[in-house]
Amino acid sequence: MSYTPHTPDEQRRMLDAIGVDSLEALFDAIPGRARFPELGLPAPLSELELDAELRRLASRNTGIDAGPCFLGAGAWRHFVPATVDYVLQRGEFYTAYTPYQPELSQGMLQAMFEYQTMICRLTGMEVSNASHYDGATSLAEAVLLALDATKDARTGIVMSPSVHLHHRGVVETYLRGSDAELRVPDDPTVAAADLADMVDERTAALVLQTPNVLGRLERLDGIAEAVHGKGALLIVAVDPIALGLFRPPGEFGADVVVADGQPLGLAPSFGGPSLGIFATRRAHIRRLAGRLVGETADADGRRGYVLTLATREQHIRRARATSNICTNSALGALAAATYLATVGKAGLRRIAELCFHKSHYAADRIAAIDGVAVNPDAPQAPFFKEFVVELPVPAAEANARLHDGHGIVGGFDLGRFFPGYGNRMLVAVTETNTRAEIDRLVAALREIVS
Amino acid sequence: MTDIPTLYELSVPGRPGTSLPDCDVPPAPLPDDLVRADNGLPELSEPEVVRHYLHLSQRNYGVDGGFYPLGSCTMKYNPKINERLARLPGFAGLHPLQDEASAQGALELMHRLQEALKRIGGFAGMTLQPAAGAQGELTALLMIRAWHANRGEPGRDVILIPDSAHGTNPASATMAGFVAVEVPSDGRGNVDIEAVSAACDDRLAGIMLTNPTTLGLFEERIDEVAALVHAAGGLVYGDGANMNALTGIARPGDLGVDLMHFNLHKTFATPHGGGGPGSGPVGASAALAPYLPGPVVEMDGDGRYRLETPARSIGRMCAFHGNFGMLVRAYASIAGHGDSGLKANAMAAVLNANYLRVKLRDRYPVPFDRTCMHEFVCEGRPDGTRARALDVSKRLMDYGFHPPTNYFPLIVPEALMIEPTETETLATLDAFVAAMLAIADEARDRPDLLHDAPHTTPVRRLDEVRAARELRVAEPGDPE
Repeated sequence: MSYTPHTPDEQRRMLDAIGVDSLEALFDAIPGRARFPELGLPAPLSELELDAELRRLASRNTGIDAGPCFLGAGAWRHFVPATVDYVLQRGEFYTAYTPYQPELSQGMLQAMFEYQTMICRLTGMEVSNASHYDGATSLAEAVLLALDATKDARTGIVMSPSVHLHHRGVVETYLRGSDAELRVPDDPTVAAADLADMVDERTAALVLQTPNVLGRLERLDGIAEAVHGKGALLIVAVDPIALGLFRPPGEFGADVVVADGQPLGLAPSFGGPSLGIFATRRAHIRRLAGRLVGETADADGRRGYVLTLATREQHIRRARATSNICTNSALGALAAATYLATVGKAGLRRIAELCFHKSHYAADRIAAIDGVAVNPDAPQAPFFKEFVVELPVPAAEANARLHDGHGIVGGFDLGRFFPGYGNRMLVAVTETNTRAEIDRLVAALREIVS
Repeated sequence: MTDIPTLYELSVPGRPGTSLPDCDVPPAPLPDDLVRADNGLPELSEPEVVRHYLHLSQRNYGVDGGFYPLGSCTMKYNPKINERLARLPGFAGLHPLQDEASAQGALELMHRLQEALKRIGGFAGMTLQPAAGAQGELTALLMIRAWHANRGEPGRDVILIPDSAHGTNPASATMAGFVAVEVPSDGRGNVDIEAVSAACDDRLAGIMLTNPTTLGLFEERIDEVAALVHAAGGLVYGDGANMNALTGIARPGDLGVDLMHFNLHKTFATPHGGGGPGSGPVGASAALAPYLPGPVVEMDGDGRYRLETPARSIGRMCAFHGNFGMLVRAYASIAGHGDSGLKANAMAAVLNANYLRVKLRDRYPVPFDRTCMHEFVCEGRPDGTRARALDVSKRLMDYGFHPPTNYFPLIVPEALMIEPTETETLATLDAFVAAMLAIADEARDRPDLLHDAPHTTPVRRLDEVRAARELRVAEPGDPE
């Protein structure tokens, strides 16, 4: 395939204009020993051949739309309205760069402004940036914001052990460049109030996730007050679908709310690209990482939008920027905005209700199987969309039999996250799972454990 | 032109929107104390939503619509086949935690891309995990930090960064816990070798080199710089932002570069999406490869692919395996081009940039005027007038072009950084030259036309000071 358009005659005219006699002569500055290497790549494919080759590779994968799927743990199967891809495929949006020239970018800028507004309303916060890479990097940047906001020798971060383990891992990586210390208790069922008790005068932030990685909704009453009383910040990671129905962390006094935006209209796509949601208080707006769109007026007084507070950012502030982030996930934010506008107020609430009711139906039916326990550590605690199933056999074995014998993608094997959890799986149920699918899962599990 | 109303201005309470299935299970009791009254989202019909975003798109300029010579951003054609392929259910519908046996095609694609990028860059190891170029920089710097610490030299805390570098370089160095020390450029636009030499001591952790530089020039002293830095115990990091000039032309790994990130959107034509998602794979020499973030894709002896975390890995950079959808597109670009096509792309990009350089330099001074690579930097004040790069940029919009990057790099006054890319025709380049020369005439004869530009866009110049002062970053309204 080639998208370089010059004819030999045009190329000759251009070389003549430049005053060199060959294309190769343009590269004389490169050390001769390293110039024009053989790369040894496979022979180039035509578009027809490429299409066939990648379809062949794709056919060797089984996507989660191929049958009943109960796998979540940080990425989920949610329905994506057709409007989302319609908007994403507009070349005016997806082939644009970051809107540095606002007069030519009002469409994307207004869409980002509206995204920021919807995220503020959903999370109950005052400021949202225009996106991070994913939920894990949003969380890492939230921790860095807390360390910056509470400078006075506060280097401790207390994190709930039921924050997604990959997200915790990214925070650990980001903290390699600092002297901050991450404290995470071992027991994933520890209560939020007990975590708040670990916050001391050296702590910059407490990090919670609700629903947490085991599906449980954390009770946030009084947590922010306790954390603020020690001079630290409260960071809460959420599932944005849950915010359609449940009270947002902003109502409970959280200082930063982060989320992975994949559920809002993004394909799981083997984990990326996703969308990092990041919302905070106005007090922290100058510490915010990432792009921020603001409303203003043009020379004739007409409403318009620009990237604002660029003085926080790397291209202005360089070594003293709030973050190195440049390219983020603008198209993911556009997908989420289109999704939220399409489903709207009643729709997101309805989707969250469907997730709630269907996951509870599944949990009740599975709990009725002899030898199987649901949420064994906290059977009475409220949960959303995901719950823990304890089996008399290893979860990996049960999943293999669900897949091979029943064509079902089972839950996440929690033994991959927590030692001693090898017999536990995290079952995710969304609006996409029908009652018939849930009943098939229940019947299959009954057969597997009998 | 009139404003486009916002979603909230269009919203009508009770407007029926999307249809959803009935609940087919008995409802469970909700925890009433946790339920909110109002989630704050707008209420629109689906046709209203579609019309809204269509209208917004009509106020956005993409490379599909016209020439976009935004220097250092490489706004080239994004092949449509790549969009189709990335949306195949066997790719887009994959869960990141599903069994590896059910995702062998995806893992094979990632493995092939790792191998191809190693060959293109001259590296022994490759991670596809970083979500963007800047995250690739952070990845590599954390690897440099871990490498020195593992060798018993944790005190190496200085990273040298040329004054022409992207702002992400010093910002990434700070995030990785280093002290960023700026080194000047010399009269030919290369890094000042004396300054590098003077900074080579036992605090040196490494240097970040963008090659070609942000002036669009090949760093002629790369061999000397690499030798000095290595002799002092430091590492050479290559900022691969401009690798699109070098595919099939030179391999950074052959030029002494220990680590480098690729920007897949710049070099391998994945779309920029109006500000992402990007993808910033990092290549590493054999000595540094064990420090790569995990997981990477390995192939077993029996031809099966699996995810594995390298022995001394710095850890994860994002939640899963990187921006897989962008990896599909980049792999498609590489597979469609091969050795000859990638080399031809670089040559055409360099040809186009040099053509514009010689056509414009008599009116727009080029301070480091030698054969450039994929882009060049000129001064946006034609013929010694008092015009400004900003005015020239805004006036270009009236001629139907997206402006070049302006005011970067910082070492050129009134900088205009022009990158035509390899996918533009001679006719387009000539039309751009004609517009630039016409604007140079206007700067002399009708400077008001420049000051007041743009005249033809949906809005005119926007008050950025007011935006930063008022900070209206969301529509007013109570969340509950």
